Amino acid sequence: MITGFILRALEGKIVVAVGILLAVAILVPALNLLTAPDSALHIPTYVMALMGKYLCYALLALALDLVWGYCGILSLGHGAFFALGGYAMGMYLMRQIGSRGVYGNPDLPDFMVFLNWKELPWFWYGFDMFPFAMAMVLIVPGLLAFVFGWFAFRSRVNGVYLSIITQAMTYALMLAFFRNDMGFGGNNGLTDFKDILGFQVQAGGTRAVLFAMSAIMLALCLIVASAITCSKFGKVLVGVRDAESRVRFLGFRVENIKLFTFVVSAMFAGIAGALFVPQVGIINPGEFAPANSIEVVVWTAVGGRGTLIGPIIGAILVNAGKSYFTGAFPEFWLFALGGLFIAVTLFLPKGIVGTIQHGWNARKALKAAAAAEKGRDAGAAPTAQQAQAAE
Amino acid sequence: MLIRLFTLIFLVLSFAATSFAQGSDPKPLFDQLADANFNQAETLVGQIAATGDPRVVPALNAFSEGDLYFRKSDKAVFSAKVAGSQLELIDPVTGESAGQVAKGAVTKIKVNNNLRRAIRAALGGLTLMSPDRGARLSAADAILRSPSAEALELVEAALAKETDADVKARMEEARAVSLLSSDRSIDEKRAAIETISGLGAAGLGVLNSVSGTIDHSLKPDLDKAIASIRNAQQLWNLAQNVWYGMSLGSVLLLAAIGLAITFGVMGIINMAHGEMVMLGAYSTFFVQEVIRNNAPGLFDWSLAIALPVAFLVTGLVGFVIERGVIRFLYGRPLETLLATWGVSLILQQAIRTIFGPTNQEVGNPSWMSGSFPLGGMTITYNRMWIIVFSLTIFFALLFVMKKTAYGLNMRAVTQNRRMASSMGIRTPWVDALTFALGSGIAGIAGVALSQIDNVSPNLGQSYIIDSFMVVVFGGVGNLWGTLVGALSLGILNKFLEPSVGAVLGKILVLVLIILFIQKRPRGLFALKGRAVEA
Repeated sequence: MITGFILRALEGKIVVAVGILLAVAILVPALNLLTAPDSALHIPTYVMALMGKYLCYALLALALDLVWGYCGILSLGHGAFFALGGYAMGMYLMRQIGSRGVYGNPDLPDFMVFLNWKELPWFWYGFDMFPFAMAMVLIVPGLLAFVFGWFAFRSRVNGVYLSIITQAMTYALMLAFFRNDMGFGGNNGLTDFKDILGFQVQAGGTRAVLFAMSAIMLALCLIVASAITCSKFGKVLVGVRDAESRVRFLGFRVENIKLFTFVVSAMFAGIAGALFVPQVGIINPGEFAPANSIEVVVWTAVGGRGTLIGPIIGAILVNAGKSYFTGAFPEFWLFALGGLFIAVTLFLPKGIVGTIQHGWNARKALKAAAAAEKGRDAGAAPTAQQAQAAE
Repeated sequence: MLIRLFTLIFLVLSFAATSFAQGSDPKPLFDQLADANFNQAETLVGQIAATGDPRVVPALNAFSEGDLYFRKSDKAVFSAKVAGSQLELIDPVTGESAGQVAKGAVTKIKVNNNLRRAIRAALGGLTLMSPDRGARLSAADAILRSPSAEALELVEAALAKETDADVKARMEEARAVSLLSSDRSIDEKRAAIETISGLGAAGLGVLNSVSGTIDHSLKPDLDKAIASIRNAQQLWNLAQNVWYGMSLGSVLLLAAIGLAITFGVMGIINMAHGEMVMLGAYSTFFVQEVIRNNAPGLFDWSLAIALPVAFLVTGLVGFVIERGVIRFLYGRPLETLLATWGVSLILQQAIRTIFGPTNQEVGNPSWMSGSFPLGGMTITYNRMWIIVFSLTIFFALLFVMKKTAYGLNMRAVTQNRRMASSMGIRTPWVDALTFALGSGIAGIAGVALSQIDNVSPNLGQSYIIDSFMVVVFGGVGNLWGTLVGALSLGILNKFLEPSVGAVLGKILVLVLIILFIQKRPRGLFALKGRAVEA
């Protein structure tokens, strides 16, 4: 049954996208590791790291698209789920440092020694085990989304109100994580990682594997998201987006549908954060900033919400643009980003992929209509004669 | 020979001194210090002070600094200053130089902390008689701070002569404080406790310090006085917290009130609202720069000039944003949010490019700086004016909305656009003007906020989330809701702050608002009727 579920998900465009992602997952690390540095095909490590980062952002944008594009919930707090996943991974990496920190304390991370803490706080227990940490990457964002969504959807907070309180949520979390007493490294966050599963984080091989993992996880999440949206449940989801009251009157439990989607999406975001942290080498409370979450919205909007491929393309395009602009004309990046926000909402409300799709569908419909016209003309003449004959 | 000459001069001088002295001659008392132990010295200091001769003040000061010496040859006491390798001796009463001697010829008179305290009290007593009103007041204050039984008689003597009512009241308090540690009768002490209970924190210290030694029959009175002071203090603390809360609330109100129009009334999610506030603050900076360079005399008027400038600048920017972007997005609130966020990024970067990323210096005019005490709390002028200012704007806005033709049109358009349009109201025009009004008010808020916050391109960012919280909490579409929301959030914040700290307090408030919205999704004062579903 599950295979059927997944096979149904793998319709044309998704197959192509997954294929491309898997090819990237193999090709880019191979070109990085196996070619000579002076070869024309060589991909330098920094480019690979940058691309790895984009893939994590793409996964985050995909997560947002699932709730915004398909369920109509504009979350301005998805950066919080991303950062929480990142912190879970960061805590694992912190514990792996062991006694190699500046203070050489085998049990406590450096910042705790610095704060004069004597023992590990309870919420750090278990983070030295990789499977536990990975479970937390899913559970912590999922649980927050569950609790938050449980309250919000049950009391039918929706539309802009929901957007504003998700923004308040990530803002409150940012303030909280900035506090030293929270036990997450305060202002500086978690950094100075040494190894992951026994491999050095900075080593070329580890980076290549992390990159491949990002591409593979993105492909996996794409399949899951596609499975959800192509199923009957997905149809109801779109119904909730377009006419919530009607779906409710038809007897569906709208709040449960929303809650499920919100939690899955938060988990995707958590995975993205967890893959992001070892590749950039730091996680700090700045990731919770409301502005970051809003930026995710624009990636999704540029690519095209309500299409699963769109946000991936949007995230990669906008971030590539950001890397280029902040290098070439640092002054103009915010102008460009701001202009992009306005231009997309005014002129491209369906996003790049959505607009192409729309055009494609319209052409197809036109052709079909033309074909139908022809067919009717051809078929209509004899019937008229028949009718006359009958008369 | 020389010594004898000195003695002679000295005798003459001291004779002269006696003629000025109000009581007995302090000179022999000083001389006795040469042989005195610490206890005796303390008594002597009291006696010196009791002469009431103001000329002994420098010598007593020197004593407490450890600069009082006696000459080994004749045990005469002098204060001394270092002069090269020698010491210059100064007569303790007349303050005249008595020649220079080698350091070996004199011995320092030792001083300890007890003695220093006694000296301080004695000095306090001495200046009680000063002809200068300020000096008398500060002398009474000095006794209030370090009361001693010795000062009592001095205070009473001074009281008898005092004519100024304020000084007299302060001296009464000083007397009461000194009386407690003296050996006066129980009844007098009871009356003193009564007086002290009106003194606040200073009185509390005095009462606590004597509570161990005081007569048992006075214990109930003492406890009552302490309790009443504590109560009063708690009340003042409460008042102070409410005041701080109102002050924060008025800042929130200022930041949110423009948003109450654009978001609350028009339903536009204006993420560029914070940038309007920032533009207002930069207008103030610009106006002040022009005034500084051209007409420095007008500086006190700079805020008054900046108000219309800021209103026009931000109103115009708002008008352009509405005509250029927002009017294409009516009915699509989430898209409006994104587009206005884009606008806010552009405005921020524009200001950063023009003025630079650093904080700009905006000055306070003279009537905005300083503070005044009110009972047990201190009120700063800038906070007070900001509260007044925010309330003024609020009521002015309320007036425009409820009593003018334009306000009527605006309410008509927001309640039923098509109907209003059919009645001949130019709805696009009303939309543009309303958005411009909301932006203009944000700009005015910026003028006020420039006085208490850093004027930098990020100014708006720090207010945008708070503003939305206020409007949503208060109830969208209701100006009164915004007022109540702002003040209650401000006060709540300030009451949480002392117990949990500023940051955690803010987090708690945010969490409370999130929970509150679950309970009442439409805010404190929800609009009723069909408008809700629109």
